[in-house]
Amino acid sequence: MSVMTELMLQALWETVLMTIVSGAISFALGLPLGLLLVATDRGGILPNLAVNRGLGALVNGLRSVPFIILLVALIPLTRLLVGTSIGTIAAIVPLTIAATPYYARIAEVSLREVDHGLIEAARAMGASRSEIVREVLIPEALPSLAAGFTVTLITLIGASAVAGAVGAGGLGDLAIRYGYQRFQTDVMIEVVAILIVLVCGVQVVGDRLAKLLDHR
Amino acid sequence: MTGYAFALDAPLRESTAASPAAPLVRLAGVSKRFGEVPALSDVALSVERGEILGIIGRSGAGKSTLIRCLNGLERPDAGTVEIAGRNIASLDERALQPVRRRIGMIFQHFNLLSAKTVAQNIALPLKIAGQKRTQRRARVAELLDLVGLADKARAYPAQLSGGQKQRVGIARALAADPVLLLSDEATSALDPETTVSILDLLRDINRRLGLTIALITHEMSVIRGIADRVVVLEGGRVIESGPVWRVFAAPQAEGTRRLLRPLQPQLPAEIAARLHATPQPRGGVVLRLDVHGAQAQAPLLATLSQHWGAPATLLHGGIDHVQGQPVGTLFIRLPGSGDDTASRLGRSLDASVTAWEVLGHVRDD
Repeated sequence: MSVMTELMLQALWETVLMTIVSGAISFALGLPLGLLLVATDRGGILPNLAVNRGLGALVNGLRSVPFIILLVALIPLTRLLVGTSIGTIAAIVPLTIAATPYYARIAEVSLREVDHGLIEAARAMGASRSEIVREVLIPEALPSLAAGFTVTLITLIGASAVAGAVGAGGLGDLAIRYGYQRFQTDVMIEVVAILIVLVCGVQVVGDRLAKLLDHR
Repeated sequence: MTGYAFALDAPLRESTAASPAAPLVRLAGVSKRFGEVPALSDVALSVERGEILGIIGRSGAGKSTLIRCLNGLERPDAGTVEIAGRNIASLDERALQPVRRRIGMIFQHFNLLSAKTVAQNIALPLKIAGQKRTQRRARVAELLDLVGLADKARAYPAQLSGGQKQRVGIARALAADPVLLLSDEATSALDPETTVSILDLLRDINRRLGLTIALITHEMSVIRGIADRVVVLEGGRVIESGPVWRVFAAPQAEGTRRLLRPLQPQLPAEIAARLHATPQPRGGVVLRLDVHGAQAQAPLLATLSQHWGAPATLLHGGIDHVQGQPVGTLFIRLPGSGDDTASRLGRSLDASVTAWEVLGHVRDD
């Protein structure tokens, strides 16, 4: 195996690792956050406008900071959490913090689209709030939640390339160091080709999953 | 299960023991407004055990709000909503949950969960009530049989027709053995043929299980199809109530008459076009006669002809049966054009019909 191929495989692995780990954590945190945004809103199942506005402001605040700024601004937190601010694992912290409010908003839209009549039917059955969430909101929104997660993963693939700029490794880093700074256009093209395949692959799998879950 | 589960049952048994004839549902002074708009004003009504009560009104009359008050989906601003002797109007969401488990509800747009199969949809109230999986399975099979969908257990709602979806809705509403079934425009999204089959199913369930049903609709044909008693709502107020046949035979309020009009025979347009307001020489008078009960079974036209001294002609209409009671509207023509027509008519008709009206005069051709 040539050195370049090895570098390429290493970078691919780093990109996949960053995307999957930060994607998984953003899903685990973003979905409850999205649920809270829907539930605490006016007419939701747990109306609390103060909480709703507070969460909304937090999400908007995080989402308005450009990712490159977030990357730098979060260095102290990253150090605290993983002990270093450089490398693939360190990049997962800012990636997760950027992707969580992003997915929370996507999840919020999906959950809001669940027909209000279904929630009413569950209430009429005597369902508790947690039963409404478990039996109605999440299952009914699942196809849309899956489609939204696909979008989030693809956004993360792009963002992980930016993280490469501050030493996270990955395909973006490889493209900049070899393809751009060393004028190795072939490396650049190969990296872009791999990214295209990666993004298309995620999209295809995501679409299949959403379709599989959809019984409407 | 918590003590809540017994909260509804306890007064249920108690009140049955005290007075078996006590209505299952009793509303008094129920008012509700949305912002400035009053949806319900001082509504009082009751639903007797085992009966089908139909609540009718045009859209915006407050029927949806009213039926939602019966299971606490809507909280009245004032008044009491007693279910089996217990006022639920002031209960909080948590305390309402066990009450709602004993009240089934079906909806205009079915509100089935698209992500669950038919069997899973029907099992949901049982799951919420805390039943074990094996118990649920047996009950679901029973309910699928009851609504005639045994072969659709594994289908998803999207694969069913409207009528089948409503059957699943009914099975789901019956799953947890409710004491009361609420029907919110359950047939309004269905075609006429399917509507009849769903109404038949509800009637059958009412008879076989003795289940009390409260339904809302904007169609008099639904009331006529299955209700025992009817409550007419207009502008959030009860304007009329009583046994269905009586309201059909002799509606008191103008609003009720308007709702009944589509079901009643109307004077054909070609006759209406030939009507004159004043008596015509060598002509006759056109009348509308409303009859019910014994009047409708008497040889009305023959008697009338005899009294009048000239033959009455039936122009349009006939006798219908509502709840087994004959109810009818007839349009007839009597020859004659004298000035004493009105008083003569009064003498001939007052005793033999419920209501009559001179629609106009026609010339003989």
